[in-house]
Amino acid sequence: MQHCIIRFIIFCFCLIATTVWGAVPLNMPVGVTPISQDVYDLHMAGFYVCCVIGIIVFGVLIYSLVKYRKSKGAKAAHFHEHLGIEIIWTTIPFLILVGLAIPATLVLAKIHNTSESALTIKVTGYQWKWKYEYLDQGIRFFSTLTTSLDQINGKMPKNEWYLLEVDNPMVVPVNTKVNLLITADDVIHSWWVPDLGIKQDAIPGYINENWIFVTQPGVYRGQCGELCGANHAFMPIVVKAVPQEEFNQWVISNRNMAPISLAPMKESELLALGKTEYEKNCAMCHQNTGLGLPPTFPPLKKSRVTTGPVNADVSFVLTGVPGTAMQAFADQLDDRTLAAIITYTRQSWGNDEINKRHNQPTVVQPLDVENARQSNKK
Amino acid sequence: MSETLAHQHEAHDDHHHGPEHGIKRWLFTTNHKDIGTLYLFFSFIMLFIGGAMALIIRVELFEPGRVIINPEFFNQMTTMHGLIMVFGVIMPAMAGLANWLIPMMIGAPDMALPRLNNWSFWLLPFAFALLFSTMFMSGPGLAFGWTFYAPLSTTYGPPSTDFFIFSIHMMGASSIMAALNIVVTIFNMRAPGMTWFKLPMFVWSWLVTGFLLLAVMPVLAGCVTMMLMDRHFHTSFFSAAGGGDPLLFQHVFWFFGHPEVYILILPGFGVISDIIPTFSRKPLFGYRFMVYATIIIAILGFIVWMHHMFTTGAPIAAQLYFMYATMLIAVPTGIKVFNWVATIYKGSLTFETPMLFALGFLFMFTIGGFSGLMLGLVPADYQYRDSYFVVAHFHYVLVSGSLFAIIAAVYFWLPKWTGHMYSETIGQIHFWLSVIGMNLTFFPMHFIGLAGMPRRIPDYPLQFTDFNQIATVGSFIFGIAQLFFLYIILKSCFTKSKQHLPDKVWEGAHGLEWTIPTPAPYHTFETAPIIK
Ligand SMILES: [Cu+2]
Repeated sequence: MQHCIIRFIIFCFCLIATTVWGAVPLNMPVGVTPISQDVYDLHMAGFYVCCVIGIIVFGVLIYSLVKYRKSKGAKAAHFHEHLGIEIIWTTIPFLILVGLAIPATLVLAKIHNTSESALTIKVTGYQWKWKYEYLDQGIRFFSTLTTSLDQINGKMPKNEWYLLEVDNPMVVPVNTKVNLLITADDVIHSWWVPDLGIKQDAIPGYINENWIFVTQPGVYRGQCGELCGANHAFMPIVVKAVPQEEFNQWVISNRNMAPISLAPMKESELLALGKTEYEKNCAMCHQNTGLGLPPTFPPLKKSRVTTGPVNADVSFVLTGVPGTAMQAFADQLDDRTLAAIITYTRQSWGNDEINKRHNQPTVVQPLDVENARQSNKK
Repeated sequence: MSETLAHQHEAHDDHHHGPEHGIKRWLFTTNHKDIGTLYLFFSFIMLFIGGAMALIIRVELFEPGRVIINPEFFNQMTTMHGLIMVFGVIMPAMAGLANWLIPMMIGAPDMALPRLNNWSFWLLPFAFALLFSTMFMSGPGLAFGWTFYAPLSTTYGPPSTDFFIFSIHMMGASSIMAALNIVVTIFNMRAPGMTWFKLPMFVWSWLVTGFLLLAVMPVLAGCVTMMLMDRHFHTSFFSAAGGGDPLLFQHVFWFFGHPEVYILILPGFGVISDIIPTFSRKPLFGYRFMVYATIIIAILGFIVWMHHMFTTGAPIAAQLYFMYATMLIAVPTGIKVFNWVATIYKGSLTFETPMLFALGFLFMFTIGGFSGLMLGLVPADYQYRDSYFVVAHFHYVLVSGSLFAIIAAVYFWLPKWTGHMYSETIGQIHFWLSVIGMNLTFFPMHFIGLAGMPRRIPDYPLQFTDFNQIATVGSFIFGIAQLFFLYIILKSCFTKSKQHLPDKVWEGAHGLEWTIPTPAPYHTFETAPIIK
């Protein structure tokens, strides 16, 4: 039996050794913030304490298993109680735990110190994307996965940052204390970036406060950390830390965005834009084929909405269906994008024929969307 | 009180009937051994169903990208796998062991409330039929994880959630009745002279577990009832939009959920405390401290629930208190491990299959305890929470902890139950394959968790591929290993030619159950033994 154990241990070591050679991550990242560094140190302290206790306990255990075998003529002793030793192995672990609790308490106090921040970003979790609002700069945008469905379904090779890439990363300046106000719009999500040493639940109705202080420029990636429905795996977080000047530039170029033009668009233009935006915003649920994933995500091919009256279609997309993953897109996408997506869905997968047969329009212009917005407000 | 109950039972059993024949025996039985068998078989079937779901999960995670199932179905699999393993495998198996063993260990003729006993078992197949039915409903099945956090399970829950709520109610009623029965039996049915500090550790552990169940199963029932109210009766317990609080759900759930993990493991502690002394041929070291440690673990188990919620934005004072209380549990748990090691120390050891599984428990449960201790450190928990590190942790305490304890118990008492000694070779193969499969599956999860892989995702970034593939291979080894167990159980239960085994099947065994004939007759201890 010992041989089996030894062989198994050697096997495990080989396994681990080969994977380390392959530069596969094995441990918690040290990260790039003071907190992530402290957390890493605490994690390693806990790990080493466990190792020492483990070596002692398993050492005695393995020694006994080898030494006191009946097959080797071991005779059982008769002791079965010893008050002194019970007190010892109650006290010593207790003291070790106190030793671990002290640094943990100090780090925790640091984490909770959210004062003196230079920048505040509100982070809102949605099924299945993140919204970032720079409260003092007046910048507001959504951040959505850009990995294509074809990569997920194996029809295309996967990129280096498969499932960890977004259209609009959250941009922060380095060496600045950034306050994060984290909440959610629908179900509970969790904003987690291992390199920044932060995981904070995003809970509808709550605003949780946390902060980051990134010391090195770079791109840091994480994922949603709380089960939030079918596409929980597909709402990554990307944080881009840049020098202060570059950040200032970024603020200027993103603040003064021209208002969305409501001028009519060509049909081909609508369809081209609609296809890309559909694949980014809709395809994760309704699929590129328009077949959806019933029963959770209904098909758009031949659906009552995409082949029904056009006004109903537009306001359906604007208001969504409460209590489901079909969101109110009024706040998320602009008129041009919405017009393009709706045009695309009304013409794809054979929907155009049905619409033509029933004399339903197959082209929606930005102005139509804007009018629907206004009448919804009333 | 105990005397009147005992007398009633003697009168009832006067006519010395054997079991009825056919299906009626199992439907109407009030015999603790029959009901124990039913529980154990039920649990065994559920183990294979829940295990098959785990394998589907592991196949999907074999490589990045869509492998066989879509994300929605993946979430259904993780949800059902968790619910089945917790409520359908570990809890019924522990209840089955309690039914078989507690009367035989305390010298009682049967459980105190035999008809209630029948009912508490027969609720389970219906509860699980209801639970499984949700997978075939036209609305989507349950996909919110076994923790069913609101609002994912309330506002956003599919219509099938209502069936799930009712199913949880039935499981809860079943557990409460089983616990009530066990507590009443231990209090009232002990043979003369069986004083508290002569009780086997298994009985002690179940007594404490019984109280835990009685205290927290109603909380779970309250939790799902509030969900039902929110879903259909316009209350807003868990909805911020109506003035309620989504975090209230987590508080209520984990007030049940944390004691629940001790419900799953304490009877296992009891099993291990009975098996290790047997094969060490040496009495359990520090019996009284083991009893005290069990009680202290149970009490502390009630006041640490918020350590499941460290990242929810709890105030620092709450985090500190729950961190300290959580770390404190390591002390009585440590006492248990140290006492087991001290029992082995200077014993006269043999390594039959039950002992192997008990030793597997001792090694790997301790590893699970270490990761548990690390999880208690709040700042580090920010990184561990909801990652595969947590998945590794709770599988180390539940698979190599609770499940290994159950398997050890089955090997240990199977000869007494069936009169048939299992094949030691197959038992050993089962053990080694299980250990290898278990560690290949769950040990790499520590690494990918630390590296940042969230749990409950059907698809993952490329850097996690290697360890996921190892885990998938390991899970199949573990799954195949259980087929050897299936063979052993079926062979033992259905072999016609019985061997002649001594009353005391194991050389070093102690306890009343080893004083009755092997296999155990249908009725035992109709006259109470006198314990000196
Ligand atoms: Cu999420």
